[in-house]
Amino acid sequence: MLEIKNLHVRIAEEETEIIKGLDLSVAAGEVAAIMGPNGSGKSTLSYVLAGKEDYEVTEGDILFNGESILEMEPDERAASGVFLAFQYPMEIPGVPTMNFLKAAMNAQRKARDEEEYTTPEFIKTVKAAAGELNIDFNMLKRALNVGFSGGEKKRAEILQMQLLEPKLCVLDETDSGLDIDALKIVSDGVNRLRDPERAFLVITHYQRLLEHIVPDSVHVLYQGRIIESGDKSLALHLEENGYADVIARAA
Amino acid sequence: MNIQKTAAEETLGFMLPTRRVESFHYTDLRANLKSLGEQAARPEDDATRTMGDSFPRLASDACVLHFYDGHGFERNETLPEGVMVSRDLPDALSADGGADDTIPQINSKITTAGVSIAVAKGKEVTQTIGLAHAHTGAAESIASTRFSITAAEGSTSRFIERQMGRSDANHMTSSAVSLNVQQGAKVEYFIVQQAGVGATHLARLNVTLAQDADLSIFVLNAGGKLVRQEVKIAVNGENANLAIRGVNLVGDNAHIDVTTVLEHNVPHTNAEELFRNVVAGDGHGVFQGQIKVAQPAQKTDAQMACNTLLLTDEGDFSAKPELEIFADDVICAHGATVTDIDDEHMFYMQARGIDQKTARGLLIKAFVDEVVEELEAGEELEEAFTGIIDDWLDANI
Repeated sequence: MLEIKNLHVRIAEEETEIIKGLDLSVAAGEVAAIMGPNGSGKSTLSYVLAGKEDYEVTEGDILFNGESILEMEPDERAASGVFLAFQYPMEIPGVPTMNFLKAAMNAQRKARDEEEYTTPEFIKTVKAAAGELNIDFNMLKRALNVGFSGGEKKRAEILQMQLLEPKLCVLDETDSGLDIDALKIVSDGVNRLRDPERAFLVITHYQRLLEHIVPDSVHVLYQGRIIESGDKSLALHLEENGYADVIARAA
Repeated sequence: MNIQKTAAEETLGFMLPTRRVESFHYTDLRANLKSLGEQAARPEDDATRTMGDSFPRLASDACVLHFYDGHGFERNETLPEGVMVSRDLPDALSADGGADDTIPQINSKITTAGVSIAVAKGKEVTQTIGLAHAHTGAAESIASTRFSITAAEGSTSRFIERQMGRSDANHMTSSAVSLNVQQGAKVEYFIVQQAGVGATHLARLNVTLAQDADLSIFVLNAGGKLVRQEVKIAVNGENANLAIRGVNLVGDNAHIDVTTVLEHNVPHTNAEELFRNVVAGDGHGVFQGQIKVAQPAQKTDAQMACNTLLLTDEGDFSAKPELEIFADDVICAHGATVTDIDDEHMFYMQARGIDQKTARGLLIKAFVDEVVEELEAGEELEEAFTGIIDDWLDANI
């Protein structure tokens, strides 16, 4: 489903290369975890997948269902099924969450030539999804993410993911800032969405999240490249030993 | 100094201010108003029946007083109980401020139609009173009105003054209003300016507030080529409460200036000013907010904010807050910001599948709709105002 080939990325307008020849394949139905020390390029990878214009791809390609997405705008990528759950979801004053959700859901449906939701359908769908994630429906009448706690923001991200039904879900440190209960709610939300037709790229610092969202594969990102891949036992190994020996093996 | 008078100055009999007059520093009236044009003829009654067709009513229950091309028309709308209207032209606004009062002076020279409205003591008028002026906007024509409103002690009333036109020909419109809010009276005064893109619209609202008076002013500028709306308020009674809010939508080629002067003359009064502005194309926006606190006006609380969204590199906005404080125990604050749309906000919305144009629209709309929400003017009016904003954004963004 996702194939990243020899990807090189730098910050636009700067020479510094952040991703330096990254290769990665994720199949439909697979949950792939990306782990790596600070500054290894994890968040950059998530932004590049979503199409943030601050980053420039200088070499390589990203294929999504066999087609390059590099020339696609962020909204086109989203409509084709790419979803990024942000590490730091944006607060957007003045835009009520419900209006935002409706705009997003209908924009994607429209881009896919599907019927737009009617208002009653939309409200029913959102209410049901919010209930599963322990989100107070009244919170969704407030401006998007404004005044939400850290946990509420992350749950709101998962709510969006559930409502938009993407094919590829990129979770950028979704566990950061969550207490144990919130972590459980968010992980359950993700696990409910696991599907043979859907792939996940779970970016995290900690093994803890992977106890809840059990990955099929684990990849270590270091200095802009995948230096080792394995199964879930690799995450346990990292938890116990740190990155030092993996880095040493790759050197 | 010997300066050649412009045609406009010949007609008016006085000189127009240049940038050297401080209150006109950002709006050079002399350079922009070379000639005045001719009074528009009184349109045929039949013709006026369709002039407002593309401007549906904002409040369904309103009683509207109609003006077309600077002439009053009787439509026999039933006046709410406790409201009296005289069709005589009210006296011109006083113009003892010299050049600062240029707009009232111009209005006094070119206006032939107007009304005086009195809201009776203690009356709670729930019906909105409309003051609607539609302009044909023929090239080099003038259409002007003057209103005088007295809200007597303890009364409650709401007014919408509306300018409407579609003409892109060079024409001029003007409005002068005196609003006297007496003791304990509560007034909402909403100005909705939708003149044609060829219009020079010069307007002044003069207000006096008595003790315990409560006034909410809203200025929505969504039209015109050269617009200056002045609001001058004398807060003369203790515990008076005042809010001035505005949305200025400055289109390509437009110059929109809102100039407010607040005079706090007595202790214990509150004022809050909030303007949100959107500048498109090479539009120019101006906000001048003067707050004067006289020596006896202790415990004045005056807050002023002016926030602007500049959508292009060609547009500009000048904000000039001016505090002149002679009392020592007051709270006065002002702030002005000018920003572009936040790229991070854009990316977040696009990452959810919302295309760039829609995302921009949602963010701009959110920015100005917040002001409308603060009015607490009821669902129908708030939707009418945001509807005008939406239409403007669709046409200009």
